[in-house]
Amino acid sequence: MHVAVSDPIVAEEETLSGFPAQMLTERPSSVRIYWRRLKRRPAALVGTIIFCVFLFLAVSGPWVAPYDYQAQNAKVRLDAPTLSHPFGTDQFGRDIFSRIIVGTRNIFLLGGIGTFIAVVIGTAIGLASGYVGGWVDEIVMRLLDVLLSFPLLLLALVLLSTVGPSNLNLVFVVAILYIPMVARVVRSMVLDLKNKEFVEAARVRGERRSYVIFREILPNSLPPLLVEASMRFSYSIFLVASLGFLGLGVQPPSPDWGLQINEARNFFAIAPWTLLFPACTIALLVVSTNLMSDGLRQVMLPGGGRN
Amino acid sequence: MEATTPVQTPPAAGPAAPRPVFEVEGLHIDYTTELGVLHAVRNVSLTVHEHESFGIVGESGSGKSTLAMGAIRYLASNGKVTEGSVRLNGVELLGLSSKELRELWGSRIGVVYQSPLSALNPSIVIGKQLAEVARQHLGMDRAAALARVAEMLAKVAMPDPEAVIKRYPHQLSGGMLQRCVIAMALMTDPSLLIMDEPTTALDVTTQAVVLDLVADLKREFASAILYITHDLGVITKICDRVGVMYAGEFMEQAELHELFKRPRHPYTLDLLGCVPHFDPTPQKRSLVTIPGAIPRVDELPPGCIFAPRCSFVEPACTTARPPLAEVGEAHLSACRRWRIVPPPEEHLRAATEALATAETAEGGKATLVEVDDVLVHFKAARGLIRNREQRLIRAVDGVSLDVRSGETLGIVGESGSGKTTVARAIIGLTPATGGKISLSGRLLEPSTGRRPRSSLREIQMVFQNPDASLNPTRSVGDAIMRPLTLLGGLGRQAAKEKAENLLRAVSLPASYFERLPHELSGGEKQRVAIARAFAAEPQLILCDEPISSLDVSVQGSLMNLLMRLQLEQQTSYVFISHDLSAVQHLSDAIAVVYLGRIMELGDAVRVLTPPSHPYTEALLSAVPLADPDVKQKPIRLSGSVPSAMDVPSGCRFHPRCPRFLGDICVEQEPPWREGEGEHRIYCHIPLDELARLQAETLVLNPEEGGA
Repeated sequence: MHVAVSDPIVAEEETLSGFPAQMLTERPSSVRIYWRRLKRRPAALVGTIIFCVFLFLAVSGPWVAPYDYQAQNAKVRLDAPTLSHPFGTDQFGRDIFSRIIVGTRNIFLLGGIGTFIAVVIGTAIGLASGYVGGWVDEIVMRLLDVLLSFPLLLLALVLLSTVGPSNLNLVFVVAILYIPMVARVVRSMVLDLKNKEFVEAARVRGERRSYVIFREILPNSLPPLLVEASMRFSYSIFLVASLGFLGLGVQPPSPDWGLQINEARNFFAIAPWTLLFPACTIALLVVSTNLMSDGLRQVMLPGGGRN
Repeated sequence: MEATTPVQTPPAAGPAAPRPVFEVEGLHIDYTTELGVLHAVRNVSLTVHEHESFGIVGESGSGKSTLAMGAIRYLASNGKVTEGSVRLNGVELLGLSSKELRELWGSRIGVVYQSPLSALNPSIVIGKQLAEVARQHLGMDRAAALARVAEMLAKVAMPDPEAVIKRYPHQLSGGMLQRCVIAMALMTDPSLLIMDEPTTALDVTTQAVVLDLVADLKREFASAILYITHDLGVITKICDRVGVMYAGEFMEQAELHELFKRPRHPYTLDLLGCVPHFDPTPQKRSLVTIPGAIPRVDELPPGCIFAPRCSFVEPACTTARPPLAEVGEAHLSACRRWRIVPPPEEHLRAATEALATAETAEGGKATLVEVDDVLVHFKAARGLIRNREQRLIRAVDGVSLDVRSGETLGIVGESGSGKTTVARAIIGLTPATGGKISLSGRLLEPSTGRRPRSSLREIQMVFQNPDASLNPTRSVGDAIMRPLTLLGGLGRQAAKEKAENLLRAVSLPASYFERLPHELSGGEKQRVAIARAFAAEPQLILCDEPISSLDVSVQGSLMNLLMRLQLEQQTSYVFISHDLSAVQHLSDAIAVVYLGRIMELGDAVRVLTPPSHPYTEALLSAVPLADPDVKQKPIRLSGSVPSAMDVPSGCRFHPRCPRFLGDICVEQEPPWREGEGEHRIYCHIPLDELARLQAETLVLNPEEGGA
């Protein structure tokens, strides 16, 4: 059975001396290619940098914040921004700058974990539904369509008011809302990939279904999935902040951004900074995340991708 | 042998020399890219006269399209003509303003692109689109413009022009669309017609019709034609003069016949040797290979740009770049050693070798795969409410064939003939809905998923599209090792060694082991795919158009590789292609398929020589052979392959058959006519009658004689 595959004499015959030198030496890794492309897109680069700053604050918030986020100081209630309180103080004399910094972790955790669960479950549903196809796919997709047909915020409010506001419930609501969207993206990738010839080659050599799905199809859906995840994350920031504002999200005295805006409503006329800075921070994080995910799309899926 | 009468001369334009229409002199074109400025076309000159067509041949990346489009200054925004002169009817184009150029483009210059479907707006009817050109450039009113459109469509031999005017592009076939685009380009009777691979996307039978049309139009219209193609066969049908481009420069320019019979540049010589010679004998020969790849234009070697790949290179070639110089009457070559460039036949004998298949070809080889009356029927998708009745797509409709051990069975046919589906049914990717497939006497399950691994490993496949056949996230080494560990049961270390051997066997360097597919060229990807197929040590490899998307020289070296591996391993192949010359080059037996049914089956030589099925005969007449001396019959098929949902009654080929007999062909299925050996023809015409009808005129080189 064992046949000598190569005859060195014959193999020598077609020499490779003519190959251009660059083909034999230069091998840019895909990460390096991505980085090279990213460098040419200043907006995406700025977005990524701002996002990274927020990420840093999320990790190290309580240590870098100049004040304790709960420390009340009656002497400086509703003070305008000064050098010692760059974003001013709120009705209890708490430093808004510190509260925003410390609040970063909250929003990253709630939005991030929610998005992560949505991506994991959505990917699983998308992979299974797309690969199996047929009536299974039909039923799963129609069920997801039902979920998608509700206005996002309304559905979140209904769910949260039923189960009661808590951090854990908030995470699950974010996940439930985003599962259908992630599943759709993954399913469309699977439909595109499952008839590709390398997948057929795997079937022809008798690979198990799980191998085909997780080793052949999944790795090739990762770039669009990453883009989708970063988009979902930026929307989840909105969602968490909106729910906080409506009082169904994080409960006081947490330094949540949406909650801060809600509390600041009453003082907007006399102390606009109490509302302005948290609002601007939300906008900045969402915009930078969007710029980053746009950049990711251009870098990882050149020539189109989604939309 | 020395007869140099040009075939297909343009009609004599009187005793006076024909007037030059399009003159390009010392043209340089640069592209500004992220890598810096690339000199894509360098110091190129050419002249096209009226009624003449000038062919530009070259492999991908040689700059042939850039040259044509740059000469009329129709370039992407990062492209720029930096030097030179271009004159159309004596008017210098390089000094014109962009407004003057726009005037010129539609009226004096016509362009026909490769894809007719994207050249036409899908939401506007044909008549209106074509009339637009007449109204814009000829100042005609609506009615006059439409009359002109009808007249032009008639000139391009469009059946029923009045009806076509009212159609949308998607309602026409590829060949008809390309005729519309040609009609549009000729609407204003332009001085220059640029045709950029106009038949590459078409079926070989449709291509022949379009090529005939262009040859006719050349006589009728005075336009100078600049014809761009990678296909040496097409060139011989159309062109009077040919320029061979390589990495942005002309290597050689000559009259068609002179270039093919007496090339004065080693690159031309090698290119001619890369294409399979049409030679129906059982004796197989390898093809000429050109080592290496076309250099990038920013990394050209210092001397002659072809020197690193040239078989006639000497040290002096690598120091100075030779200019394109006159080496004979109207013959230019950029080789300093043009005097020693041998005639093509001599080069072919020296640079290729006979492969030892002749002795084993005769005598009964064991049957490896038996395909018995296989059906692949699909249910057409039906609408939810309307269209309740289920329609059947008969992709494969009763095919029986044998693949003999260690041999190659070629399957040819137009697109839509079901040739790929036959192969997919054999391997089980598209399960057969009827009939039997057995391997070495064992019956195979129809679907891959239900076959045991032991029978899966016996059949492997090499796919058509090199870009999709390798997983983009897995390295070359991984791709080859996987079948070794999975099907061969080898450990990691043993698999790695074996994979390295396989890599060497397909002539790729060991350093490719860690590479990802995007770092490989198309030909290299296909080599990896071949190595992966061989890794399972299969008895049969199905090759589904494995070379058709590749360059001529890469095609040649892959065919050599396939033949060499077959000799070493005694593997059987099923080689599927629309390219009859490739099929005849590789195959021991040939099956000609039409609309899901075999029309003719037998040993390669018997299929390719009379008597042949009328469909085979038509394919043989249509295949463009890279030899201007070969005379082919002017048999042309009208229309295209019918839908597999509406298979014609009787003989399914009857609506297009050039040897249609009458009612019998419409009403009765033809019998299998058994010829000598295992030759079978599915036709109502008896074999001796077919032989008599075809005797005088089947494709054959008059001098070489062949079989």
